[in-house]
Amino acid sequence: MTEQKAEEPLNSLKSRSDLPFYTIFIAISTIYVLLIVAMLSAETTYTTPDHIWAAFAKPEIRYAIWLSLVSCAITTVLSLWVSVPIGYLMSRHNFWGKVFIDAILDIPIVLPPLVIGLCLLILFQVELPQIEWLNEMVASESGANVSKEIAVAKTQSIDDLIRKVTKLIFGKPIGVTYEIPSVILAQFMVACAFAVRTMRVTFDQIGPRYEQVAMTLGCNRGQAFWRVVFPQAYRGLLAAGTLAWARALGEFGPILIFSGATRMKTEVLPTTVFLELTVGNIEGAVAASLIMVVSALFVLVIARMFGLTRAVI
Amino acid sequence: MISVNKLCVKVGDFELKDISFEVPEGHYAVLMGKTGSGKTTILETICGLKKVLSGTICLHGKLATHTRPAEREIGYVPQDGVLFHTMTVRDNLSFALELRKWSKQKIDERVEELATLLGITGLLNRTPFGLSGGETQRISLGRALAAKPAILCLDEPLSALDEDTRGEMCTLLSDVQRLTGVTTLHITHNISESDRLGDIKFLIEGGVLKSLTSKVREKRSDLTGKVSQETSSPSDSSTQVKVD
Repeated sequence: MTEQKAEEPLNSLKSRSDLPFYTIFIAISTIYVLLIVAMLSAETTYTTPDHIWAAFAKPEIRYAIWLSLVSCAITTVLSLWVSVPIGYLMSRHNFWGKVFIDAILDIPIVLPPLVIGLCLLILFQVELPQIEWLNEMVASESGANVSKEIAVAKTQSIDDLIRKVTKLIFGKPIGVTYEIPSVILAQFMVACAFAVRTMRVTFDQIGPRYEQVAMTLGCNRGQAFWRVVFPQAYRGLLAAGTLAWARALGEFGPILIFSGATRMKTEVLPTTVFLELTVGNIEGAVAASLIMVVSALFVLVIARMFGLTRAVI
Repeated sequence: MISVNKLCVKVGDFELKDISFEVPEGHYAVLMGKTGSGKTTILETICGLKKVLSGTICLHGKLATHTRPAEREIGYVPQDGVLFHTMTVRDNLSFALELRKWSKQKIDERVEELATLLGITGLLNRTPFGLSGGETQRISLGRALAAKPAILCLDEPLSALDEDTRGEMCTLLSDVQRLTGVTTLHITHNISESDRLGDIKFLIEGGVLKSLTSKVREKRSDLTGKVSQETSSPSDSSTQVKVD
């Protein structure tokens, strides 16, 4: 019996070891992962829990938490409502100008956030041409309902018009710029673009065959969508919702410009971090950012857990 | 009855022109052709899933060229089953019946009847995850037949199955067609399948649809040779002679 000889190359080509390749790749990956972990550990261990609880006791920070949670929830729901139809139409239909629309939908993703805020601010200050019948209706109705006639300006911006109309409807003017609606709109403009992208990929992956079968079984387009496609898109919806929520929570630039940074009015958690830092209160800034870190991790874990269990099935 | 007359369809860059054929009431027609020859396009056009440029489609004697898929009363079985994953097998089978607002009792009776016919009684309460290819196709067939359509369109229903399952499914399809009398159009590239099942055979090649026979099963033995010759397939003696 011959003893097993040491392996020899089968041909003259000698390939080098894989070790340097993996060493470099693993080293680069490790540095980045460690940086993330170190960053989070540094923040969580920076202050004592007492300082953090003290920061939470401040009414401004409580208000910021409340506004962040409410505005992010509204933004998420709005984003899903908008992203589902857009994602579906873009995934299923070819039409003239689709490439152009596709590019427009990506603008909020590539545009610097500050610019989005500035654009929104300017949009709501654009002067509208006078709409005579609307002015007349506002004047007469307000005279009857609010017992004080709303002045009709020669020129008015979109924001002015919204204030007038809301005063007519709710008896109280609700503006957009520098008010709570501006926070939601600023978050929505960015978050929705990400949700649209996610939903489009989701519908692309589901493919048109399910609807086609449903239609041969007796469905119209709407029934095929709601009964067959939409239930299958729940993972995409969850992903889009999570992404929109996370983006909305971290939104700062557009809110600073479009909503301002007024305490107890348009202050969300990123604004708190900014305001607390500018006055030198690092504990406050850390407390606010910790809430965002924990929320982000919580959302990430829930999404992952849900995704994993479904993948196993 | 399916009657297609001078049909022209365009899907992207692919175009089919002047396609005409007829499948009389209660017959089992098989349409053969190579991959990319347009046989699936023809089937989907009959089901109303592709737009017709010109020509006509008559179903059960009525003009249905531009009728919506839902109104054609066609049972469609796609290639890979395409079961609705968010529903149980029972819900898949009762889907068309719920749309037609059948009573719960009638739906239950019909589902049981279909499950017995197709041998899937034990699967009714589970979801389609993890089903075998044969089970998937049985359920897909049941879902298509649930509302008792007059026409059944099968798009390569056996192509993903192993040899044994394929044999069982062939027998099942043949039995189901005989029992229900549904006019069937079956697409395949497998000659043995077409041989076993088809009363009427068509071949689509180079954009031209030819009728290989208008005669019924008695003449089948003569046809095998003819099909092999026409499609230049190797003269393999096994049943696995494929066109492409």
